[in-house]
Amino acid sequence: MKVNFFATCLCDTVKAEVAKKAVLLLEQLNCEVIFPEKQGCCGQPSLNSGYIEGSKPAMKAMIEAFEVNSHPIVTPAGSCAASIKKYPDYLADEPEWAARAQKLADRLFELTQFVVNEIGIEKVGARLPGRAVYHPSCSLIRKLGVREEPLKLLANVEGLEMLPIKNQETCCGFGGTFSVKMSEISGEMVKEKVAHIAAVEPDYLIGADISCLINIAGRMSREGKPVKVMHIVDVLMSR
Amino acid sequence: MSMKTSNTKFRERINVQMKDEFMRQSVANAQERMFANRQIAADKLGNWEEWREMGMDIRNHVLEHLDYYLQQLSDNVVKNGGHVFFAQTAEQATEYVEGIIKQKNAKKVVKSKSMVTEEIGLNAMIERNGCEVVETDLGEYILQVDDCDPPSHIVVPALHKNRTQIRDIFKEKINYQGSDDPEEMTRYVRNHIRHDFLEAEIGITGCNFAVAESGTVSLVTNEGNARLVTSLPKTHIAVMGMERLVPTFEELDIMISLLCRSAVGIPLTGYVTALTGPREDEHCDGPEEFHLVIVDNGRSDILGSEFKDILRCVRCAACVNTCPAYRHIGGQSYGSIYSGPIGAVLSPLLGGYDDFKDLPYACSLCRSCHDVCPVKIPLPDLLLKHRQKMAQEKITPVSERAAVGAFNFVNARPILWDTTVKVGAKMAGYMIKDGKLPVSVGAISEWNEARDLPQPDGQSFRSWFKNRKQD
Repeated sequence: MKVNFFATCLCDTVKAEVAKKAVLLLEQLNCEVIFPEKQGCCGQPSLNSGYIEGSKPAMKAMIEAFEVNSHPIVTPAGSCAASIKKYPDYLADEPEWAARAQKLADRLFELTQFVVNEIGIEKVGARLPGRAVYHPSCSLIRKLGVREEPLKLLANVEGLEMLPIKNQETCCGFGGTFSVKMSEISGEMVKEKVAHIAAVEPDYLIGADISCLINIAGRMSREGKPVKVMHIVDVLMSR
Repeated sequence: MSMKTSNTKFRERINVQMKDEFMRQSVANAQERMFANRQIAADKLGNWEEWREMGMDIRNHVLEHLDYYLQQLSDNVVKNGGHVFFAQTAEQATEYVEGIIKQKNAKKVVKSKSMVTEEIGLNAMIERNGCEVVETDLGEYILQVDDCDPPSHIVVPALHKNRTQIRDIFKEKINYQGSDDPEEMTRYVRNHIRHDFLEAEIGITGCNFAVAESGTVSLVTNEGNARLVTSLPKTHIAVMGMERLVPTFEELDIMISLLCRSAVGIPLTGYVTALTGPREDEHCDGPEEFHLVIVDNGRSDILGSEFKDILRCVRCAACVNTCPAYRHIGGQSYGSIYSGPIGAVLSPLLGGYDDFKDLPYACSLCRSCHDVCPVKIPLPDLLLKHRQKMAQEKITPVSERAAVGAFNFVNARPILWDTTVKVGAKMAGYMIKDGKLPVSVGAISEWNEARDLPQPDGQSFRSWFKNRKQD
């Protein structure tokens, strides 16, 4: 199966290893991965700050970037997927663009959603001994409705024990520009999240949204907590 | 008190509030208790999503036919022997009540809990007329005797105080000598304000829902004080937001089922009172006079705007009880009697961006409020609409507009973006050491307050992918 890969700006610039492993995982599952080179950022820093008009040229550039073929698009980030799925609303005033945006949205899948529901695989042959906490990001569970897929994949990782934590589904405090615009509140939210994670003394903290992971890892690092923060593809590619 | 409760800046407020460990512990405990109870109550009822759907449909139907139902309500209240006053503004509403106070030469008013009376600043007006006003809801009473401390929650106004703090307030203000046992304190207040019910010439309540078909005002309470407020004084004035009505008792049943479960996690509160007009000849109690004050105060403007959905709100505070930002900053940080997600949407609509422009940003867009709202208000989307409006009206900081403008310029040009990503990835690799940049300014320093920067991988993904293909 041919699939397009949407890398997301954070993975493309600072966490390329996550994107690489996502590609390797897809290839292992018999996908031929295409990287449409004209892709940019989903636009959340601008869109979530209310600059809808100013974001339109970039949204249109993104739509065009993926019109090079009609294969599905896969991305290792729930929040970026959710953002693109809202393009049709933002472009509602321009019906032709809204229709093209809708086609883009329909082809777009978050990685775990794609692997479990589209490819139909829950066991990828991963092995990672240890105790882990999974952070269900807001975008995955509340925007995309992807709740069970990552858990199914993790349940099939040999040697991995999943630990529940208090207030598991509460936001980690990232929220994009929220983390710098309301840094005091965001900081308190991530402190509480890290406290709940640390309380169960896991070896790993796993998530499927790189932005939340950068946030939580940043706080873990500040507190010197001995917890390894891993994107779910890091886990699924562990042998 | 009016809707606005503070003159200090938002950031100053949160920095004060977040240092209040008592408040934060109280809020965290209360949130967890109320959130868990709400979930249990919703599960027990069953088909909760269908109930929410029904709640939303009922509220939307009322909003679409608001003129019709308000007319029907008004006609029926008059038919029952009551008086109706439509107040376009807060001032018109308080002036009408002032007229009644003067006419009755009232010296004392007892009140049950009502957000809309706080919104219009009713108590201040009553007191200006040399008339004493006594809040008889226990939470509101605590705040009133504590020199009118602003409420921090729309259902549980004194949520930010613990029992020891409350005992100290009672000790200082109302000569309480007992322990910090809640039951003992409640019993004391019960006795302490009993004579107020008997002396008051006027009782003032809010209105959870008015029933248009019968001209009924319904009140949902837990303490029974509203029944005394509406039956002992000779005059009862009910003040309602103009959108708070349902067509018939059938819809009232559904809305109250949703409200009680969403607010406090119980199938029904201790008292649900339905009041239809003043005392009739053969009745042994009830007020001789009944007035219904229907308050617009900006609501019709909202009805005609992209924020219309917020008028579905039934003031249950389920959104407040799940909000992670509220959890850390507490209700008083919002500077409005309406706090939490509902407050962040409503306060700027009713009070303007000058005073409330920060509230729509005090949200990580986690959407947990949207998931619990019994009438499915898309609160995060409405907060985004506020941000959009402020960006359009250029209320946002110049530096932010410049930064976002530059980002959008680059992001819309694939070749420029490609170069930026490749260079950016390398630069990040060189410059970020041990979670810090050599110079920490602006957004980076805000981030660095609580967190380290990520350890970059040093090469962009797109460079790797391209080189790999060539290999």
